[in-house]
Amino acid sequence: MQITDLVIIGAGPAGMAAAATAANVGLHVILLDEQPRPGGQIYRDVDRVAPVRGEMLGKDYTDGLSLTAGLDHGNITHISGAVVWAIEEGIRVLYTADGRGGAIEAKRILIATGALERPMPLPGWTLPGVMTAGAAQILLKQSGVLSKNAVLVGSGPLLYLIASQMIRAGTSPLALVETQTQADLLRALPHLGGALRGWRYLLKGLTMLSEIRRAGVRRYTSATNILIEGETAAEDIRFTADGKTRHIPCDTVLLHHGVVPNTQAARSIDVAHHWDARQHCFVPNLDDWGGTNVETVHIAGDGAGIGGAKVAALAGRLAALKMAADLGAISTIERDDTAKPIRRSIAQELAVRPFLDKAFPPAIEATKPVDATIICRCEEITAGDIRRHAGIGCAGPNQAKAFSRAGMGPCQGRYCGLTVSNLLAEANSATMDETGYYRIRPPLKPVTLGELAEMGGSVNSATN
Amino acid sequence: MKTASSFLELEERRRLVPVWFEGGELQLPEGSNLAAAMLAAGVGTFRYTPVSGAPRAPFCMMGACFDCLVDVDGVTRQACMLEVTEGLRLSMPRKGRNVIDADN
Ligand SMILES: Cc1cc2nc3c(=O)[nH]c(=O)nc-3n(C[C@H](O)[C@H](O)[C@H](O)COP(=O)(O)OP(=O)(O)OC[C@H]3O[C@@H](n4cnc5c(N)ncnc54)[C@H](O)[C@@H]3O)c2cc1C
Ligand code: FES
Repeated sequence: MQITDLVIIGAGPAGMAAAATAANVGLHVILLDEQPRPGGQIYRDVDRVAPVRGEMLGKDYTDGLSLTAGLDHGNITHISGAVVWAIEEGIRVLYTADGRGGAIEAKRILIATGALERPMPLPGWTLPGVMTAGAAQILLKQSGVLSKNAVLVGSGPLLYLIASQMIRAGTSPLALVETQTQADLLRALPHLGGALRGWRYLLKGLTMLSEIRRAGVRRYTSATNILIEGETAAEDIRFTADGKTRHIPCDTVLLHHGVVPNTQAARSIDVAHHWDARQHCFVPNLDDWGGTNVETVHIAGDGAGIGGAKVAALAGRLAALKMAADLGAISTIERDDTAKPIRRSIAQELAVRPFLDKAFPPAIEATKPVDATIICRCEEITAGDIRRHAGIGCAGPNQAKAFSRAGMGPCQGRYCGLTVSNLLAEANSATMDETGYYRIRPPLKPVTLGELAEMGGSVNSATN
Repeated sequence: MKTASSFLELEERRRLVPVWFEGGELQLPEGSNLAAAMLAAGVGTFRYTPVSGAPRAPFCMMGACFDCLVDVDGVTRQACMLEVTEGLRLSMPRKGRNVIDADN
């Protein structure tokens, strides 16, 4: 068993910034990420890709280079390709890398596992050719692979970002089928004043929209009755917009209506969560350093609530300062002084969020899908199945899971959990907090017996 | 299974190496993401679901959805979390529903 001061799970902006901050004040840090290279979702593979496609992906992507550079520090051990599958007693992290198991004991643990795309169950969303918009972006960033005939569906700034990256790459999407409405925009307007403090984000948004317009990409808004059709793969998409039924042949459909915290690791150790009505997702209960009800465990980044990459990095630094002070590496005065400007920057970065959250709410037809729509991709359970289980008395997702197998497949509810909670809450006229979420238990990711068998002897060698 | 790809691959100078999927040979760029390389090579269906036999292909590309499962040397793994190495032998997972169940 390797012993260290701080284990960080996730090498995105939050984890990388935390690692550098902690290492700089003398803590020994082990940084684990299942990806082969650091960067997280936004800066995926940035060291290798920036020289090749940096211009196409934009400055917001190449900005990640300063964070990956911070990992080059004697106190930081980055174990890449390390899939964390359990956290034990708030101090031990179990992972597999290269087909072997490893274990680390640490005085503090930071969960920086980021976000997932909000599940978007629409009729036909399990067909090959239907992916998350983030998946298409990952294909582009990491592999230089582009969808030739894609329709982007959903809402939110990330949808526009991906559209503009596709345009710059030379493969414009066929169309944007957007679900937000004029009424959403009206509801967002009162927040525009606050958002102006984050005017750079608004400007960026407007620039992307004009890029999309100049490329001649058709945008449909207030789209409803969205349906993806195809026999063995996506062949076209149907929807209603401006009172007309539309139909676009395509071979790729890219879904996105926002990102939500990936709460799997935190839930597996019983960190308490609550429903955030503004962001329409569950978030962990945290103090203002990212501390949880498990004293040794902190959470930073989009896993703590959606704030974006800049906020993730800043929050990673805050959590690192707190843990460094807890372990006596810095004084509480130093901690608080260093934290002050960081907190100011976070407030500034978050100013645009209430506007965005109102302007681009989740698509209702995907949060409360029609009965025939599959909501659990793994076990192929439909929305109607869940409603029926509510009808016979299922109050929460764990009961529904026992009855229907929804959430029992390998993805452990990552792409059905929110939908199941939403459906049950609606059917039972209960709040999301009353309804709750799946109980998550390790392994967070499947582990093979071979990997477990390799664990004993190889632990020390796996972690230098 | 292998058709004209819906994807375009930007030029990157990488050595192509042979990989076998369901007995057919693919030439894939060494070191690249396996799921991405398979998609670019025209693999449209990665597996069929154990419940209804429906075709599936990568959905999230970030290791979360498990739709990209393939068998590699008898172990079911996520193609989006692997890199291309020479001579990989891949097949569709067939062993029934509990192979990779989290079962919690
Ligand atoms: C697919 C996708 C694409 C996005 N693209 C953009 C974008 O282009 N621009 C933008 O502003 N925002 C984007 N976002 C939003 C994004 O969440 C934030 O901008 C930012 O990446 C959050 O940083 P983070 O450090 O909190 O988490 P992330 O950057 O998500 O990093 C989390 C890391 O944790 C690792 N991890 C998770 N679970 C485990 C585990 N069990 N074991 C080991 N490692 C694990 C992941 O591999 C990942 O590298 C995207 C989000 C998603 C989901
Ligand atoms: S595509 Fe989702 S896990 Fe690989």
